[in-house]
Amino acid sequence: MEHYLSLFIRSIFVENLALAFFLGMCTFLAVSKKIETALGLGIAVVLVQSITVPANNLIYQYLLKDGALAWAGLPEVDLSFLGLISYIGVIAAMVQILEMAMDKYVPALYNALGIFLPLITVNCAILGGTLFMVERDYNFAESVTYGLGSGFGWALAITAIAGIREKLKYSDVPDGLQGLGITFITAGLMALGFMSFSGIQL
Amino acid sequence: MASQAKTNVIDPLIDNNPITLQVLGICSALAVTTNMMASLIMCIALTTVTAFSGAFISAIRKHIPGNIRIIVQMTIIASLVIIVDQVLKAYAYEASKQLSVFVGLIITNCIVLGRAEAYAMKNPPLLSFLDGLGNGLGYSLILMSVAFFRELLGAGKLFGMTVIPVASEGGWYIPNGLMLLPPSAFFVIGLMIWAIRTWKKEQVEKPDYQIHQVHRTEVL
Repeated sequence: MEHYLSLFIRSIFVENLALAFFLGMCTFLAVSKKIETALGLGIAVVLVQSITVPANNLIYQYLLKDGALAWAGLPEVDLSFLGLISYIGVIAAMVQILEMAMDKYVPALYNALGIFLPLITVNCAILGGTLFMVERDYNFAESVTYGLGSGFGWALAITAIAGIREKLKYSDVPDGLQGLGITFITAGLMALGFMSFSGIQL
Repeated sequence: MASQAKTNVIDPLIDNNPITLQVLGICSALAVTTNMMASLIMCIALTTVTAFSGAFISAIRKHIPGNIRIIVQMTIIASLVIIVDQVLKAYAYEASKQLSVFVGLIITNCIVLGRAEAYAMKNPPLLSFLDGLGNGLGYSLILMSVAFFRELLGAGKLFGMTVIPVASEGGWYIPNGLMLLPPSAFFVIGLMIWAIRTWKKEQVEKPDYQIHQVHRTEVL
C-alpha cells in the first residue's frame, strides 16, 4: 500500500508531467488564460489519463511486450515496435468513447468540457504518461496509480499557472515580453519551485 | 511556384517561427536541449517526420473523408515516427536511450499535426513537403540555439567537446548548474522570444489591459 501511495505522491509533485518533463506544454501555455477553462481542461486530463494509462498497460503486458503473446502460443513474437501506433489509437478511441458517453449520460459535464476533449488526443501529457509507464515497466495496479497521479499533477500545474496569469495581466510587462515571453518566464519560476520537491525520497 | 516554395522554407525560420510565434511543439524544445548532440538528433527526426508527413497527407488529401481526417493523419504520422524510432534504435542506440520517450512524442508534437491540418490538407505535395521542411528547420533553429547556451554555460562544452575549461577540471570557468536543470530552458526561450520581438516589432502581443496613465490634472 505504501508503495502505491509513494508512487502517487511522486507522480504528482516530484515527477510532475508539466513542470518536470514539460509534457503537454502547448496546451499548458495556450489554455491557461482563465482559471475556469484551465480547471475544466485539468479535469478532462485526469479523466482521460486515468483511463488510457491502465488500458495501454493491458495492451502492452498482454499483446506487445517481448514474449507477451505466450498465452496465444506464440512465445517468440515481439510486437513492441507497434507500440506507438497502438497507444495513440487507444488514446484517440478512448477520447471519442468518453466524449460520446459523457454526451449521453452527463450532458452538463460534456458541455463544460466539450471543446477540450478532442484537444486531449494530441496532448503530449497523455501519450507521455503511457510511454513512461511502458519505459518503467509498471504493473497494472501501478499503472492505475500512475495514471491518476500524473493526470492530477498536470491539472494542478495548469490551474496554478492560470491563477498566476490572471493576476499577471494587470502588471506592466516590457513590450517584447508581453504574452508568450512572460508566460515562459513564469512557468520557469514555477518549475524551479517544483524542483524543491525533487530531493524528497519516498 | 518557385517564389512560393522559397517562402515556405524561409518564412518559418524567424518571421513565423513555430516555437516563438505559433506556440507549437514546445514540449520537446524544453526537454531535450541539455546538450547539442541530443537536440541535433531530435531536430533531424522531427524535420524528417514533418516534411514527409506533409507530403504524404497532401498526396491523399482529396481521398480523406473530413470527419475521420485526424485519425488518418495520426496513422500516417505514427507510422513515420515508428520508422524514425527504429532507425535510431538500430544506428544510434545511445542517443535513442537518451531521448527516451521524446522520439515517440513526435507523434503528438503539435508542429507535425498543426502543419498537416493547416497546410498539407489544402496544398499540393511538393509545397507541403517544403512547408514541413521549413517549419522543421525553424524548430531546429530555436532548439539548437537553446541547446548551445545550455550546454556552453552549464557544462562548458559544445557537442561534448570542452570549449571553456571548467573549474573542476583545472580550468577557470565555474559552470552554472542551473543551466542543466529543466527550468533554465523556460528562461532561455523566454529571453529569446524577448530578443526576437524587440528586433521584429510586429510580433509584439497587445496587453489585455492598458495601464491607465495618470495625469497631473486628474490628481488635482
